[in-house]
Amino acid sequence: MNDNDPIVLAMQVKEIVQALELKVYSGEEGLDREVSGAYVSDLLSDVMGHADTGQLWITLQTHKNVMAIASLKDLAAVILVAGHKPAENTVEQSNEEGIPILGTLLSNFEISGRLYELIKNR
Amino acid sequence: MLVKEIIEVLDARLLCGEERQDYGVEVAFASDLMSDVLTLKDDHVLLITGLANMQTIRTAEMSDIHCVVFARNKKVSPEMIELARENDIILIECRYSMFKTCGLLYGSGLKAIY
Amino acid sequence: MHFEYNIEGGDFTRAGYASSQVKKLLKKQGVEMSVIKRTVVAAYEAEVNVVAHAYGGVMYVDLDDRQMRIVLQDTGPGIEDIQQAMEEGYSTASDAVREMGFGAGMGLSNMKKNAHELNIESEVGKGTRVEIIMQIA
Ligand SMILES: Nc1ncnc2c1ncn2[C@@H]1O[C@H](COP(=O)(O)OP(=O)(O)OP(=O)(O)O)[C@@H](O)[C@H]1O
Ligand SMILES: [Mg+2]
Repeated sequence: MNDNDPIVLAMQVKEIVQALELKVYSGEEGLDREVSGAYVSDLLSDVMGHADTGQLWITLQTHKNVMAIASLKDLAAVILVAGHKPAENTVEQSNEEGIPILGTLLSNFEISGRLYELIKNR
Repeated sequence: MLVKEIIEVLDARLLCGEERQDYGVEVAFASDLMSDVLTLKDDHVLLITGLANMQTIRTAEMSDIHCVVFARNKKVSPEMIELARENDIILIECRYSMFKTCGLLYGSGLKAIY
Repeated sequence: MHFEYNIEGGDFTRAGYASSQVKKLLKKQGVEMSVIKRTVVAAYEAEVNVVAHAYGGVMYVDLDDRQMRIVLQDTGPGIEDIQQAMEEGYSTASDAVREMGFGAGMGLSNMKKNAHELNIESEVGKGTRVEIIMQIA
């Protein structure tokens, strides 16, 4: 799997939700968005600069700008790790944009590891 | 997992700690937020991060973390390397994204902290 | 024993120097590793807070056979609502601070968890005083 080129996985957000048993906090409308890969980062400017369209953003960052960036970069969904929960206005934004916010109790490392296993052979 | 195995799996470059490549890590943690790293209680932790500045090294020093992988092709400064050497911290530079770095190490059997 | 270290607001290259000196000192005293870690994590979080949120300050360290007392006194904006500031996730960190890897809003709760005793006093517009007390033997 090439790291930086957007690739077509032919996989939707909801399939990943199911496979990794993720919690859906908001943005249900976007569950059939196509996923091109994933980007792990807790630095907002890094995501602005380097994430690609259609990627899942894995982070523990709950800053209020998270949804603004997800929308600008046209990301498929945001996965909050380690049980972090989105703020109320973040949930609203996610619903408006139709970009789901998902959650897991697992850490950045473990959820990334499992997702990588899941999509590497696609 | 030994340092030399990590380097091989990630096709990475060792920046300092040449003499300690038989050092073994037991668990991995990936984060760019230093206060998050400072909550860890485990020993023999591998820190995977995309944050490359002096505070990354300071945080490792305070948390007794002895091995750090910089993902995303981050450039590590000579000052960082010097501080890492003083504190027996092994630094590894890798060109993959955090996602791929975590994926490859997890796939090689390295365990997460929680 | 008494030591003092200046802390420069905004200087993220030097942040952590004082806490590093504390670590060396405790190691030399032969203090138990787990206590050293708790002490320096609390001290480092407090030191970074001065760098990230205040204009400048001093870390005062006092050590005897039984305890270490670390006081960080800064000049800066102060903290309006200390209880709110202690909440995990609460942060007013600037974008610049966030790009340095801080601003998760976890520092004060880390300090609370690690210090044997933590006292914070603050005056808005003047500054903040953080006291960390550790039993080392
Ligand atoms: N010395 C200080 N002077 C002024 N404000 C402070 C000071 N220390 C803390 N604060 C305030 O308290 C808030 C919470 O502090 P805390 O250390 O928990 O989180 P943070 O510094 O924002 O992020 P993190 O510590 O996770 O990197 C800060 O965002 C800031 O508003
Ligand atoms: Mg802080």
